[in-house]
Amino acid sequence: MTKIGLEIHCQLTKLESKLFCSCKANYREFEPNHNVCPVCMGLPGSLPRLNQKAVESATSIAMALNCATPEKIAFFRKNYFYPDLPKNFQITQLNVYGDMSVGGEGYVDVEGKKIKIRRIQLEEDPGRLIYEGTSDRTKITLVDYNRAGTPLVEIVTDPDFENPRQVRVFLNILSDLLENLGVAEPGLEGAMRADGNVSIEGGNKVEIKNIGSFHDLEKALHFELTRQQSLHERDIEIAMETRHWDDRRKITISSRSKEEDQDYRYFLENDIPWVKIDQETRDVLKKNMPESISSKKERYVEKYDIAPQVADILSSDRYYSDLFENAHNESNAKDIANLITTDLLGFIDTREKRETSKVTPQHLADLVNAVNAKTLTRNSSKIALQEIVKSGKSVKELLDEMDLGQVSDSSEIDNIISQIFEEEKQAVQDAKERPETVNFLVGKVMQKTKGKADPVKTLELIKSKLGQ
Amino acid sequence: MNLNTSILQYIDDVKSGSFTVEEFISATIDRINKIDGNVHAYLSLNDSAINDAKLIDKKIISNEKVGKCYGFPISIKDNICITGTKTTCASKILENFVAPYTATVVNRLNNEDAVITGKTNLDEFAMGLTTEFSAYGATKNPWNIDYVPGGSSGGSAASVAANECLASLGSDTGGSVRNPASFCSVVGLKPTYGLISRYGLISYANSIEQIGPMTKTVKDNAFLLNIIAGQDSNDDTTIDNKNPDYLNEIEKGIEGKKIGIIKEMTTADGLSQEVSTATKESIQDFEGLGASCEEVSLPTIPYTVAAYYTITSTEAGSNLARYDNIRYGYEMESEGYEYNSYISKSRTKFGPEVTRRIILGGFVPSAGHAGKYFLKALKVKSKLISEINTAFEKYDYLIAPTAPVQPFRFGEKIDDPVTLMLLDYNTVTANLTGKPAISVPYSVINGLPIGMQIIANSLEEKSLFQAAYALETKTTIPEVPL
Repeated sequence: MTKIGLEIHCQLTKLESKLFCSCKANYREFEPNHNVCPVCMGLPGSLPRLNQKAVESATSIAMALNCATPEKIAFFRKNYFYPDLPKNFQITQLNVYGDMSVGGEGYVDVEGKKIKIRRIQLEEDPGRLIYEGTSDRTKITLVDYNRAGTPLVEIVTDPDFENPRQVRVFLNILSDLLENLGVAEPGLEGAMRADGNVSIEGGNKVEIKNIGSFHDLEKALHFELTRQQSLHERDIEIAMETRHWDDRRKITISSRSKEEDQDYRYFLENDIPWVKIDQETRDVLKKNMPESISSKKERYVEKYDIAPQVADILSSDRYYSDLFENAHNESNAKDIANLITTDLLGFIDTREKRETSKVTPQHLADLVNAVNAKTLTRNSSKIALQEIVKSGKSVKELLDEMDLGQVSDSSEIDNIISQIFEEEKQAVQDAKERPETVNFLVGKVMQKTKGKADPVKTLELIKSKLGQ
Repeated sequence: MNLNTSILQYIDDVKSGSFTVEEFISATIDRINKIDGNVHAYLSLNDSAINDAKLIDKKIISNEKVGKCYGFPISIKDNICITGTKTTCASKILENFVAPYTATVVNRLNNEDAVITGKTNLDEFAMGLTTEFSAYGATKNPWNIDYVPGGSSGGSAASVAANECLASLGSDTGGSVRNPASFCSVVGLKPTYGLISRYGLISYANSIEQIGPMTKTVKDNAFLLNIIAGQDSNDDTTIDNKNPDYLNEIEKGIEGKKIGIIKEMTTADGLSQEVSTATKESIQDFEGLGASCEEVSLPTIPYTVAAYYTITSTEAGSNLARYDNIRYGYEMESEGYEYNSYISKSRTKFGPEVTRRIILGGFVPSAGHAGKYFLKALKVKSKLISEINTAFEKYDYLIAPTAPVQPFRFGEKIDDPVTLMLLDYNTVTANLTGKPAISVPYSVINGLPIGMQIIANSLEEKSLFQAAYALETKTTIPEVPL
């Protein structure tokens, strides 16, 4: 049986400062090595000062993943030499002498299957290495410590996945959940990373590292499964090892370094006293946690009769659900949901577009209300929305400016239909023989009126002209 | 001008106009220039000391608010950072390290108008008991320059004893304040763990070490602790001491107090005849002061030195890992090295004792050996804590000589690391348990000092000073012959 497990790292980018100093957690906007201080540079004599907010965020994540959260937590040193580590040890957590990381023994429901979460720990991100130079002789490694000390949560699952597709579904659920919690922005480049481990029936566990994106992870898992199966078929033993994903060649390669043998000499980080997270603190965190995605979805379906797949899209994306929550009332909820998922989704399909979008909940409410009052067609509302995304103009302004008012005057529509019947003789013939092709003619009318014709009335008129 | 004066006397004299701050600081610097070639207490001097003194004089003359220190001269161990000055840890690997920030303790001294004279010598990274492991040459004992001053804060102790300042800040990981205090006949305190901020102290074994004041008198020590103790937002391990005035009621006496004489520290094989005799005399003094003394046994003590070196080496191995000579350190051509070989090569600049402990620190906590060494050492530590806590249910103080022997000649023990380590036998207990301990000059036999150690329960520094002061009144120490 195929077993896949994951190790996910997620930066707590919504925090103001780093895990152990007051440098910015949002390091991405700085010149290299301009978001640093003696603490995150690990200078002699500096001491870590724990960011309590990071402990709270990590605890919220643990709770949202149904983990047990302990009364108190400790930090450990993981000792190894690497140029991106300012102190040559990483401050992290460990679950060896009992429960001492922020959480453990949780689960996530993935299509009815429980994926178990083994542990969740809070740790510091190392710096970033940048490789430059073309030949071996000119090759240099640059180190940027802006990232060093950024709060990072590591989530480790049991090997409960049976195939790479489940992994993808899980990661989507997880990143939606983290975004919904308001602690992370999984969409930011490098903010969420995952390593995998794979084993097949009768083989040893192989870890895969150095995977850049979730998309690559799926590819790497596929490659690794195929590699292991072909070894197995030829009776070659599958060695327990760590392999690196080669992004260029799209294959995994055995790591020559003996990472699996490395002894990290873990021991308590005594510069950070044990942190108590008492019941009261946990109760407050639980109380302040945003509504979960599944509960939102359920509410949308039951209360507003929104289609399950529409509710799914809305609830799983914090951005859309926030828009929806602030735009709808009892009567127009369903229409707003549809407006978001059918029209808006297409206009802001990238992170950049989303960030520059000028759409407000008020816009959405006004659009839907105009359509329902028949002052705007569905089609025109789509055009208006596209303009709103760019300019942020009010619906009223656009109705005046863009000549979007709905045409429902029968004689006006009738005139246009007559023109179309002249131009599209073949189509008229077709429609007479096969009534299901009538939509082509309706489409032509809409085209000619720039979508302003009342579609219901148009269909009626065409049908009567066809003698149907 | 008499440089052999206490801080409190100095402040009275400055206030009454007997001399100006500048006069005293100039005389101190003259003294340093005259004798430090022989003593070698300092690694670097503060060029602006006289300017700093002038500024304080100006405040005094113009009746501005003057800090509590009134410009008394204080030296700082060279493992404590001060902005813009070199902090070398007496190591070649930090030969050119200039800290971009100042330790909390030094900030607190500056805020109260102390004048920093300079940075003092130590065993490299505070690992040693003689200063012979300094990469820049050993400090001499002012009582006899053929003898070691103790360590690792040997430069600090010698600078105070030789009247090259009125006080010093050292650091104590296993006795590094108390041992040289005893060897040079000054008062040295290792406070409760967490009482003084370690921000800016370059870590050696961070779970047990503390910065400690070194002074000529017990009262001066309490005065200095008033200034530097207390919670610091830059050090999460500092504790709220409720800011007591350690000087208040210091003369209260110890009438009716119960003292436990630690059996394992007063009957050990390594104890010299002179130290043993002095200990017995001090017990009579304590009884003469109205305290009752009896022997108490802490059976785990024979295992503490082994546990101490296991724990400190583990932490040192980790704390010193950052010295890879990549971002700061000394000049070294990188051409021809890849990352790992560059680090290996650059780290050969560590001296023998540091190298020994880094190697030990790589071994004792490693997979397959941690159970036999590191984890066992932690068990010794927790057993010792429970034994000493039990003892403090019955006794107000525990006493023992600070060091089992008097100062010895240079070179006598440097080739015998294990004998050197055993010099810590009486001091590591306070570090492993986090308890405060003070070394008080007791006597000078054959021209060499002996110090007595008093240990109190956590955060009982005020009571500890009362006992130390009481003992001090019973002693007569001759002038240092330098």
